[in-house]
Amino acid sequence: MRPRFDTELKECDVTPEADFINRRRLMAGAAGLLASGLIGTPLLARSRYSTTAKPNSLKDITTYNNFYEFGTGKSDPARYAGALTIKPWSIKVDGLVDKPGTYGFEDLIAGLPTEERIYRFRCVEAWSMVVPWTGFQLSDLLKKVGVQSGARFVAFETLVRPSEMPGQNRALLDWPYREGLRLDEAMHPLTMIATGLYGKPLPKQNGAPLRLVVPWKYGFKSIKSIVRISLTDRMPQTTWNMQNPREYGFYSNVNPTVDHPRWSQASERPLGGGLFSKRVPTRMFNGYEKEVAGLYKGMNLKKLF
Amino acid sequence: MDGVRFINGTLRRIPSALVYLAGVTPAAVYFYWAVMNQLGADPLQALERRLGLWALQLLILTLLVTPVRKWTRINLIKFRRAFGLLTFLYVVLHLLTWLVLDKQFFWSEILADLYKRPYIILGMTGFLLLVPLALTSNNLSIRRLGPKTWNRLHKLSYLVILLGAVHYLLVVKAWPLQPLFYLGGAILLLCVRIRWSFLKTWAGNMIESVRAT
Repeated sequence: MRPRFDTELKECDVTPEADFINRRRLMAGAAGLLASGLIGTPLLARSRYSTTAKPNSLKDITTYNNFYEFGTGKSDPARYAGALTIKPWSIKVDGLVDKPGTYGFEDLIAGLPTEERIYRFRCVEAWSMVVPWTGFQLSDLLKKVGVQSGARFVAFETLVRPSEMPGQNRALLDWPYREGLRLDEAMHPLTMIATGLYGKPLPKQNGAPLRLVVPWKYGFKSIKSIVRISLTDRMPQTTWNMQNPREYGFYSNVNPTVDHPRWSQASERPLGGGLFSKRVPTRMFNGYEKEVAGLYKGMNLKKLF
Repeated sequence: MDGVRFINGTLRRIPSALVYLAGVTPAAVYFYWAVMNQLGADPLQALERRLGLWALQLLILTLLVTPVRKWTRINLIKFRRAFGLLTFLYVVLHLLTWLVLDKQFFWSEILADLYKRPYIILGMTGFLLLVPLALTSNNLSIRRLGPKTWNRLHKLSYLVILLGAVHYLLVVKAWPLQPLFYLGGAILLLCVRIRWSFLKTWAGNMIESVRAT
């Protein structure tokens, strides 16, 4: 059940590239850069991976978050994340890499090509948003640290700091929050590390200073406030899978034909349209089927959900 | 006891109509805010959850009337019908929000939910059990059924509160505290209704009869 007017055509198929970035976005972007003191940085080009859907408002994206480190309420992260210290920030890179070590945030991302990517975001709770991230491809980062030949998976961990993350005072989840990807998923050009939102540094409630974004998987795969990246030869443990393996699989690809045991995943409610906004059918791989289906050729996605 | 007498005297002078009015106001205000997009990024979920939560709170209030009278002698029995009917109203509004605004008559999904999803099955069962209670919440029905039968019928509310609390617990991920508190509260309200003296005599008799053999 696809929406009636959905075609595979993208805006770039009909619009000359020069007209891509509309004036309002340019101005907003410029204002954002000015505000964040990044004057002199070249304006971000529109990525070919971006959706043409209209992004949600900055307010929606920054006040409606699942970030259980700050509490289970959707507004808890916006309320409490302000106390999080993100300078200095270091990331431990270890496992099967050529250049292991503990990197400062700036050192780790130095030299990586940054761009804006407007991605659809589908939460496992069956709501969705459209988010203009800025960041770089995870593959570029992995190339920078050098992936060794035995590596098959990438594992990530979020910061543990109960003094600044009140949700961690309770063992609601088995902290640290952990996520993982198969190496080919991690190297896929759609997989990115976001360090910004709407052209400004990433707000803390959205996972500052750096988070994963995997647009064809449920949102919880996109781990926030990363402090550790490990390359391993075995499938890493992932937090929600540990919490309830029957409900959350390692892959957790968006899949309208595999329901959450307690609710349907066949459709979703795009947020931002108010009380009467229309429910729409969920698309396989969140609409990124053409780009990523190849990764899962021959796999039974009903079993390996 | 003077304080209690004063409270009861004041309560007697409050017309039930005022309780009904006060009861429907939050729903109206919240719906208005939802329409005006004042409830954050997801006004639908805010409205849906809030209506369900209020239904649960009203049912707790309804079931508090008896223990409160027993422990404090404060008598709210005059308002119990209003509390019960308001509970039903909020359950209906909660259900309508789910059906019309959330599921938007996606019948294939709704029907699948009705037999596949425990939280929907529990919620629906709770609603269905409330229907006869709402229909018999009037003097005529009490007369027709006789107080004994009427009372026994309305004990269904004990089951409904458990269904409601578990229904709530099943829509959240992991184990947040709030739904656990509601479930604990519901269980507590049922526990205070167990006649311990009766249990003691019953257990005593059992032990006696075991000894005798």
